[in-house]
Amino acid sequence: MGASDLSKLPHIGESVRRVEDVRFLTGAGQYTDDINLPNQRYAVFVRSPHAHALIKSVDTSRAQTMPGVARVFTGKDIEGKMNGLPCGWLITSTDGQPMKEPPHPVLAQGKVRYVGDHVAMVVADTVEQARNAAEAVEVDYDVLPAVVDVRDAAKGTALHDAAPDNHCYKWAIGDKGAVDGVFASAAHVTKLDLTNNRLIPNAIEPRSAIGAYNRANDEYTLYVANQNPHVERLLMTAFVLGLPEHKVRVIAPDVGGGFGSKIFLYAEDVALTWAARQLNCAVKWTADRSESFLSDAHGRDHVSHAEMAMDANGKFLALRVHTDANLGAYLSTFSTAVPTILYATLLAGQYATPQIYVEVDAWFTNTAPVDAYRGAGRPEATYLLERLVSRCAWDLGIGQDEIRKRNFITSFPYQTPVALQYDIGDYVTTMHKAQQLADVAGFDARRQATEAKGMKRGIGYSSYIEACGIAPSNIAGALGARAGLFECGEVRVHPTGSVTVFTGSHSHGQGHETTFAQVVAARLGIPIENVSVVHGDTGRVPFGMGTYGSRSISVGGAAIMRALDKIETKAKKIAAHLMEASEADIDFEGGEFKVKGTDKKVPFGQVALTAYVPHNYPLDKLEPGLNETAFYDPTNFTFPAGTYICEVEVDPATGVVRVDRFSAVDDFGTIINPMIVEGQVHGGLVQGIGQALLENCVYDKDTGQLLTGSMMDYAMPRADDMPSFKLDTVCTPCTHNPLGTKGCGEAGAIGSPPAVINAVLDALRPLGVKEFDMPASPSRVWSAIQQQKA
Amino acid sequence: MLVQFKVNGKQASVDVAPNTLLVQALREHLRLTGTHVGCDTAQCGACTVLVNGRAVKSCNTLAAQHPGAEITTIEGLAAADGTLHPMQAAFKDCHGLQCGFCTPGMVMSSLDLCQRHPDASEAEIREQLDGNMCRCTGYQNIVRAVQKGQAAMKASS
Repeated sequence: MGASDLSKLPHIGESVRRVEDVRFLTGAGQYTDDINLPNQRYAVFVRSPHAHALIKSVDTSRAQTMPGVARVFTGKDIEGKMNGLPCGWLITSTDGQPMKEPPHPVLAQGKVRYVGDHVAMVVADTVEQARNAAEAVEVDYDVLPAVVDVRDAAKGTALHDAAPDNHCYKWAIGDKGAVDGVFASAAHVTKLDLTNNRLIPNAIEPRSAIGAYNRANDEYTLYVANQNPHVERLLMTAFVLGLPEHKVRVIAPDVGGGFGSKIFLYAEDVALTWAARQLNCAVKWTADRSESFLSDAHGRDHVSHAEMAMDANGKFLALRVHTDANLGAYLSTFSTAVPTILYATLLAGQYATPQIYVEVDAWFTNTAPVDAYRGAGRPEATYLLERLVSRCAWDLGIGQDEIRKRNFITSFPYQTPVALQYDIGDYVTTMHKAQQLADVAGFDARRQATEAKGMKRGIGYSSYIEACGIAPSNIAGALGARAGLFECGEVRVHPTGSVTVFTGSHSHGQGHETTFAQVVAARLGIPIENVSVVHGDTGRVPFGMGTYGSRSISVGGAAIMRALDKIETKAKKIAAHLMEASEADIDFEGGEFKVKGTDKKVPFGQVALTAYVPHNYPLDKLEPGLNETAFYDPTNFTFPAGTYICEVEVDPATGVVRVDRFSAVDDFGTIINPMIVEGQVHGGLVQGIGQALLENCVYDKDTGQLLTGSMMDYAMPRADDMPSFKLDTVCTPCTHNPLGTKGCGEAGAIGSPPAVINAVLDALRPLGVKEFDMPASPSRVWSAIQQQKA
Repeated sequence: MLVQFKVNGKQASVDVAPNTLLVQALREHLRLTGTHVGCDTAQCGACTVLVNGRAVKSCNTLAAQHPGAEITTIEGLAAADGTLHPMQAAFKDCHGLQCGFCTPGMVMSSLDLCQRHPDASEAEIREQLDGNMCRCTGYQNIVRAVQKGQAAMKASS
């Protein structure tokens, strides 16, 4: 079944209330830390207090004898017993050499490279005992100079022998010669330097894991707060521990938010699993928030220079970008793909810029590893491009909307100069709708009213595009991916006609148990209550890739659609047999199989029963049962796009920026559950506006100490920091997946930061502030205004 | 030491160390794991419970400080037959939760808020929820849920 037929079915486009909510609202959710296993001990990690140091010695003798302590493991204990953590994406430098890929040990091997790096693991009967013993582990460090700013990386003391200048790779895309040629003769060139501030993901559930081992059957179970349990298992068994994959079960139960930070294979997960066998017990660890700040993979941290060449009418002719990307101390699982494949390929944005050249230098620094965080590369691309585009408008003296309209892509499919081919979109309509929703016509009056109060008001635009559902696997493989990018779906019809769906996607807030059930119920013509969705357990679900990159409905949902196609095909054969008709004459509609042109029909439930009680059944031609699995590998990315318009009020006396209005119009293609989609946009917007106004990860430049290491230092968005949003949608269904969906999980975080900062700049430009980096916190805004006065 | 209190209407007695936090007593001794721990600095509010009717961050107080108290956790809100409390129902109806981790604390704070400020405006609700962080919902639907729950609680009182 295709997208146009699907969208006509009942339940599709309905704001069905979520089936998962009752357990979360009654305290019956089962997050990893809520689980306790028999014979369970607790682990605490000894972490480096230094950003960069040689380990001269680790003395565990006192800790080892403390009450309740089972074992203290150090780097020496794991040496030769396991490999380091792998990186899942190989980037090839412009000189043809592979990226520098230094070891990423599970416990430090003679050197620590960031504050929070793992030095030892203490396992004891209680958390308190483990914590006390961890404090008794004596580590003698020889402290080395630290480098934290990506701009200083080349001059810093080398972190890794494999990368003496701290350089991981230089990567480029586009035709440099052609781009340079265009710039040489362009009527206008607008230039911009900008920083995309480092963020700390801060899912409200801290990371948590329990490694367990059963000696009787030599089987391991890892409970872990993770977004993709099969990937976790594959990386851990095949690359790090060398365990047989079938002997390891990874369960990601209820997970309290991920935002990318729970995609990755972390050292703790491996250490706990390994220790479970050494000690023949379950070993549990839950991060405290301080550990989350120090050791969860961080996001963003780019420093870029961008230039746009235009003709006299503001038509974009060429874009030239250089970015320095901070990868942190080690290569986290998908870190290397973020500032390259997921970033530079998005720099065409919504515009028909004929030539683009992007060069990226990626560096090691003495900071926590940086990896995918809500949007992963696409927010960085959007922030750069949308800031630059508004700057172009201001330089040319035309409107932020006008510059965009003059350059929008209007014909599809569209091949960008940076590899991607957009299948469909309608950027002009989206912009128009956003302008109406935002009441742009009333802006001048609102600005006057604001100025009458002695304040400043600005309006900011952002027209983002993102690429979701990274695919297809073979092309991603050619670009360096070391994993497949498909998804699996199994539809198990039970004899009484109810259905359990097994998906490789993982829900950690996105509501798959509801959305996927809607799709299945719609297709089979059965009540939503008759469908259950199972995810997050390698012991129950076929191999799947999990949830990241807004892929779940478009890739995971498509796999379920393919499995449903197979169910329908087989069920029609059974129905044809029951009604003594030709299979070609059977229609399936509204939960009933009908013989064309007759009043003969059988309900879905009867066909299901017949499949499992095959008394009147074509056993010579057809197997019993009604259970189908499909693996779906997309032929292209999906391309959600939208226009966001933000209005801010700035108090020049205090520097306080208040978002007064925020209007977002998105094109997500087909929408299965509008309520859930709106919720995803709200959450994304607050993370993006959080980056623009509040959040900022800061390391001390000299010592490499994390200065924003708690929720008292790192400004998380709270309810009273945020406005209510106005949302609307445009729908151009994706042309190449069976649902027509595009994905909605990251859009808000991708599109909103430049809309906010463009609005801040629009407000401050009359005061002489022409450029400004995130976050627009009161002190930074106030200082920028004062600098102009000075 | 032995601490006795009433949890969700039932007498409970826990044998805890003097430094045991209230949240540890609830989660680890009474296995009421609906109350969550999201930070170490009493910022996130995921651990919020009602102590004698007032919202308290249970990660920031010792079990031993509350002998004889009446404590309500998220597990104690629904009716015996499973019918959701109007505030729980409002969170569901307004999609005021996504991953569900902050939700128990958010609901408990909302109850306290509605008792103290039965006529709170949107701005006041946002201000009053300052002590509870949510990373998923962007707060908009939480605010709607509190408004709806507030109206339902008034109607039923």
